Amino acid sequence: MNSFKNAGHLFRLAAVFAAGLLVFLVIRGFLVPRSFGRYGHYRGNAIAELAARPVNFAGHQTCEDCHADVLQNKKDGRHARVNCEACHGPLAKHADDPISLTPPKLDTALLCVRCHEANGAKPKTFPQVASADHSGGLACDTCHQPHSPAIVAEATK
Amino acid sequence: MNVTRRHMLLLLPAAAVAWKYVKAGTPASAPNYKTAEHWWGMLIDVPKCIGCGNCVRACQAENDVPDGYFRTWVERYHVSDYDIENPVVDSPDGGKKGFPPVKAEGGKNFFVPKLCNHCADSPCTQVCPVGATFISPEGVVLVDQTYCLGCRYCVQACPYGCRFIHPQKNVAEKCSLCYHRITKGLTTACCESCPTGARQLADLKNPADPIHEFLKTHSVHVLKPNMATHAKVYYNELDGSVR
Amino acid sequence: MPGVDGFMYPNEIELQWSVLIVLYPFLTGLVAGAFILASLERVFRVEAVKPTYRLALLTALAFLLVAPLPLQLHLGHPERSYEMYLTPHRTSAMAMFGFVYLWYLMAVLVLEIWLDYRRDIVLLSQSSTGWKRIVYKVMTLGSSNISQGALAVDERAGWIITVIGIPSAFLLHGYVGFIFGSVKANPWWSTPLMPVVFIFSAMVSGIALVMLLYMLTTWARRQAIDMSCVDTIARYLFYAFIIDFSLEMLDLIHRIYEADESFRSLDFMVHTKLYMSHIVVQIILGTVTPIALLALTQVLKLTEMGRKRIYAVAGCLTLVGIFAMRWNVVIGGQLFSKSFLGYTTYKMGLVTREGLLTAIVLTLLPFLILWVLVKLLPPWAEKQATAEALSVQ
Repeated sequence: MNSFKNAGHLFRLAAVFAAGLLVFLVIRGFLVPRSFGRYGHYRGNAIAELAARPVNFAGHQTCEDCHADVLQNKKDGRHARVNCEACHGPLAKHADDPISLTPPKLDTALLCVRCHEANGAKPKTFPQVASADHSGGLACDTCHQPHSPAIVAEATK
Repeated sequence: MNVTRRHMLLLLPAAAVAWKYVKAGTPASAPNYKTAEHWWGMLIDVPKCIGCGNCVRACQAENDVPDGYFRTWVERYHVSDYDIENPVVDSPDGGKKGFPPVKAEGGKNFFVPKLCNHCADSPCTQVCPVGATFISPEGVVLVDQTYCLGCRYCVQACPYGCRFIHPQKNVAEKCSLCYHRITKGLTTACCESCPTGARQLADLKNPADPIHEFLKTHSVHVLKPNMATHAKVYYNELDGSVR
Repeated sequence: MPGVDGFMYPNEIELQWSVLIVLYPFLTGLVAGAFILASLERVFRVEAVKPTYRLALLTALAFLLVAPLPLQLHLGHPERSYEMYLTPHRTSAMAMFGFVYLWYLMAVLVLEIWLDYRRDIVLLSQSSTGWKRIVYKVMTLGSSNISQGALAVDERAGWIITVIGIPSAFLLHGYVGFIFGSVKANPWWSTPLMPVVFIFSAMVSGIALVMLLYMLTTWARRQAIDMSCVDTIARYLFYAFIIDFSLEMLDLIHRIYEADESFRSLDFMVHTKLYMSHIVVQIILGTVTPIALLALTQVLKLTEMGRKRIYAVAGCLTLVGIFAMRWNVVIGGQLFSKSFLGYTTYKMGLVTREGLLTAIVLTLLPFLILWVLVKLLPPWAEKQATAEALSVQ
């Protein structure tokens, strides 16, 4: 048994390593989040947390629940498929509290050119104008009704 | 592992709380949302994009995206005749304020919106050292920002440049396919605000989704197919010059 | 856009990995290289390099202890870094590396140093006073058995550890190479050669460092430099360099010949943005010059003074060159766009968390630690004799 006696220090070392491993496993048991690994190698609760974030755009169906008249106006025109919040911005807060949070009126002089300013890279079939030449700085809703933009009456110019 | 009675006394209340969280994934407005019924992707119809930047702005408004970083962005391509290998590309502030007018002299010009491709074999989730980024059971690649270390390995591994590190939170961030919206039956913010229908959310597991018919009748591509990431954002009529 | 040429994806403009991530493979490379040099004596019985054995091990330990610091400083949330040990993602090379590092530190390096020094530790625990006595006593783990039998057990165990240690050292630094080499999104990094190039450049830098440290410390202690020792080390440095250079040339030639879609963009980058760091510093100053100098010492019969001067110059140039190689891999890999249509610039901060000052401090810190280790566990032969004289047998 001489060799065992001479290897005593190695056994002590092994004991130190084993103790370290044990401490690690105990700490790990406390620190790993409970939901980890439920669906895969990630914290399972993250899915629900990410799904619970607040919504800022209400979605056009919510708008149409109250503003059916606008929908009526829009549905046969060129902007039929343009959703409300594409121009009016995120309005979930207004949908939740329609009376106290009314959205501001939009400035068509700035709004419409975002899509309709002529640009060589836009598809050729897309309606676009050089706004300076087209309207001379007038706001677009002087002649066009944004919800149904086709001009039906004769222009008075 | 031996589950003793003592363990059960501890586990059951924990399980009950956890179940509440699981059920939270099926919130009141869409009580029928079950992850197993969906496999999410997106369709980008390139010829319809007019580079208005609505999507970039809407994403920022919906998801608090910091200035200078982009969960989605739009690129403008100018491909002069025959030189498909050398397109001239720009994306001023990600296209957030649209694009300045340019005289298109010959060649092709078009816009390409880009976002996270929610790859089915995503290289970014493969390299995450701790499991902070992952693919959800219904195919959305998400980031658990309370677990992320900010090591930036995922940002390096994404071939599409869609990830960034949030400058204040110091964790990885990217397009989440508006997970908080699609689980409530809404569409993504970018699709909601796109005026031309160039961007459409697609549920590949839903037999009624128009994506199935579209994929059968159109010439559809993904970005960097050679990377074999099995991207789920499909581009209609994507030009060969697009990087 | 300032600093951007051509087109970059909007999120790519800012670099993700800074000079600290350049420093990290440099430090672990020195560790692996120093260990390989030490193993030359222990396993391959190259007696000539025995004077550097203990110094090489302590150097490896000093650098290995500092290596995690640049990583911690670069993390967005260093307080969460323990998650890598709690929930390591098995498909992530970075996660697995945490365990490779731990294995190498605990099961190889610390163990080998302990086994080799155990006799001295026991003697010093009996002869020293004050807090030093406590430190040594703890290090003995309560065992004071330094009989012939016990020392023979240590010798055998140490030999086994070193044999395991050699592939472990390759694994340690090869893994760092794999962390880069496995990123298919980045064509500058993605190559199966990356781990191999990292391993051999690590060996080159580690051997050069130990050679320089040996020469410096021997001179500082006013002792005579063992020329057969440094001549042998220089020879091994030369051989390692030839292999390293060949591997890097193979990668370069392969890229130029195949000329895949990334080639034009990368080629332009190397000739413009990386010209100084890659062509001038890494290749000419850092590789070709030291190889030429070392070749001279192999071919010509030079005086002792001449050889010492050449070794010193070659060693310093080697370390600069290998640092430049890490810089070119890490920073270079982030300067070009993954669209292959543009380039950005690396704006290194000076006094920020990931800036130049931090990098300099982290480079100097291992030397400070080495100084402490040398005081605690003297690697010099005459000090060992002193310990023996003090021994109460």
